[in-house]
Amino acid sequence: MTPPSQTQQSDAMIRITGLRFRYRGSDFRLHVPDLEIDRGASVAFTGPSGSGKTTLVNLIAGICTPGDGRITVDGVDVHALGDSARRRFRIRNLGLVFQEFELIEYLDVLDNILLPYRIASELKLDPSIRRRAVELADTVAIGDKLRRFVRRLSHGERQRVALCRALLTRPGLVLADEPTGNLDPANKLHVLDLLFDCAREAGATLVVITHDHDLLHRFDRVVDFRQFHDTPEASPA
Amino acid sequence: MTDLLYMSWRYVAYHWMKSVILVAAIALIVFIPAGLRVLVHQGEIQLRARAQATPLLLGSRDSPLELALNALYFSADRPETMDFSATSDITASGLADAIPVYVRFRSQGDPIVGTTIDYFPFRGLELAAGRQMATLGECVVGAAVAADRGLAPGDHVISSPATFFDLAGVYPLKMRVAGVLASSDSPDDHAIFVDLKTAWIIEGLGHGHQDLAQAGAGAEILRRDGSNIVGNAAVREYQEITPDNIGSFHFHRDMATLPITAVIAVPPDRKSRTLLLGRYQSDQRRQLLSPIEVVDTLLATVFSVENVVVAALAAVGFATLALVVLVFMLSLRLRRGEIATMSRIGGSRARIASILGMEMAGVLVMALVTAGVLTLATGQLAPEVVRMVLSR
Repeated sequence: MTPPSQTQQSDAMIRITGLRFRYRGSDFRLHVPDLEIDRGASVAFTGPSGSGKTTLVNLIAGICTPGDGRITVDGVDVHALGDSARRRFRIRNLGLVFQEFELIEYLDVLDNILLPYRIASELKLDPSIRRRAVELADTVAIGDKLRRFVRRLSHGERQRVALCRALLTRPGLVLADEPTGNLDPANKLHVLDLLFDCAREAGATLVVITHDHDLLHRFDRVVDFRQFHDTPEASPA
Repeated sequence: MTDLLYMSWRYVAYHWMKSVILVAAIALIVFIPAGLRVLVHQGEIQLRARAQATPLLLGSRDSPLELALNALYFSADRPETMDFSATSDITASGLADAIPVYVRFRSQGDPIVGTTIDYFPFRGLELAAGRQMATLGECVVGAAVAADRGLAPGDHVISSPATFFDLAGVYPLKMRVAGVLASSDSPDDHAIFVDLKTAWIIEGLGHGHQDLAQAGAGAEILRRDGSNIVGNAAVREYQEITPDNIGSFHFHRDMATLPITAVIAVPPDRKSRTLLLGRYQSDQRRQLLSPIEVVDTLLATVFSVENVVVAALAAVGFATLALVVLVFMLSLRLRRGEIATMSRIGGSRARIASILGMEMAGVLVMALVTAGVLTLATGQLAPEVVRMVLSR
């Protein structure tokens, strides 16, 4: 039997219908009438700053709550879940790469990669997880810096640590917010290659926010956020 | 749990300077009043035990506290002296046994206690090595003195001159160690005991010198007046009493008039004690006092001072705790980004709160352990500290 918050399994990893969102005290409004992202697809979210790309990623991840509409991820109605269940869902099923990496300064590289296993009781840290963390670090060429504090890493190396942390739990969906922002062209391509490779290897769906139009051709699909811009007049009261 | 402890430990270790300051501040808040309490309590135990074991003290009518501290703990503050005849006065009364005490000189900081051999059974002191002092110039040393200086029977100790610049004053006397006392965990462990006559010789009230009546003497003789021979400054005085020169030591005064600092009076019963106290009540020159009463008066003062100090420390502690809370709050503020990251990744609220709480709990536990260790150490060192304070 399917739980109330879970819909029938389909090819869509993300299904959004009639989504409306606005920040309290702000004119910003996001309206996504209908959006589906296939399982295993790589999708770029693009659009001008302030068009709601990061907001939609936060809504998909269950970090923000929509005013109206429905979001299902891997068949789960994310916003029908309570806060605790939403956090559990997020840590088990999603891999998040933040724009500013958001690494923990007092942890070294290995501990930053292992972070999801230390902050959620449902994930058990065992030797196999440690091995996977080391393997991921080796894959992105930071295996020799496992005991180094993150403040002693270069920008690109930090990006790779954030990537490893997002991929450690083998998530079905990777949400990356401008993972190549602030990187030089060589590192930009390298990081993107890693992201694609790791996602492909894990069979994960990849959603990447990017402003870089030179990279768009590499994605299966590009979603332009200009279409989701909602005017106050168009919004329901 | 292991993960929470690990995360907290990583934070504390990374910000070690802040953690050390916090631990030290909290530990001091707890330790200072606790250590003070231990020290005062230990002092109270030592002071009262010694005072209770000393029934009555006779001394010059001076400061009772000075008299008690000098006679009981051999403090360097010397009360006015009185004549040795005070001892025989008490013995003659038939109301108490009398043990004279003369504490004036020191040897490398350790008090030299002039007394009689009655002192040792009175204090329950036993010899660990050697024998009792038997002749002039012999001494028995306390266990701590022997241990500190590596002394054994047959070794020597030298009294310190009263003042370095008093060339005509008291010269050091080299004394032979006849015995070493077993440890008694009392001020006696830190004392050097000599016969009263030896103490007077140290003071120069008795002395030994070359025999001017012998045929060899000549240049040292200032003048002869019949059988009286007056020597000059070249006469050699002995600074050590040996079997060869012991016969030459003599006193030029009646021994009854020689000084002592106190007499320990040991009445056989309450009635004798009361009678003896009454007898000295109107004495203008001397006072007979109960050491425990003097010590209790002293302790009452110490306790009232301690209460004031603890109250002041409580105020300082409150201010410090307020600062510690402020530091924790600022720390939480600084960690807002980290908290948000953990939340966004999917960390549970309880876990995140526990990680933050454990850091504070860890600092508190480390501070309390540090304070506990310091307090225990104070408890161990307190007897020595109290003894040092009292014997100053």
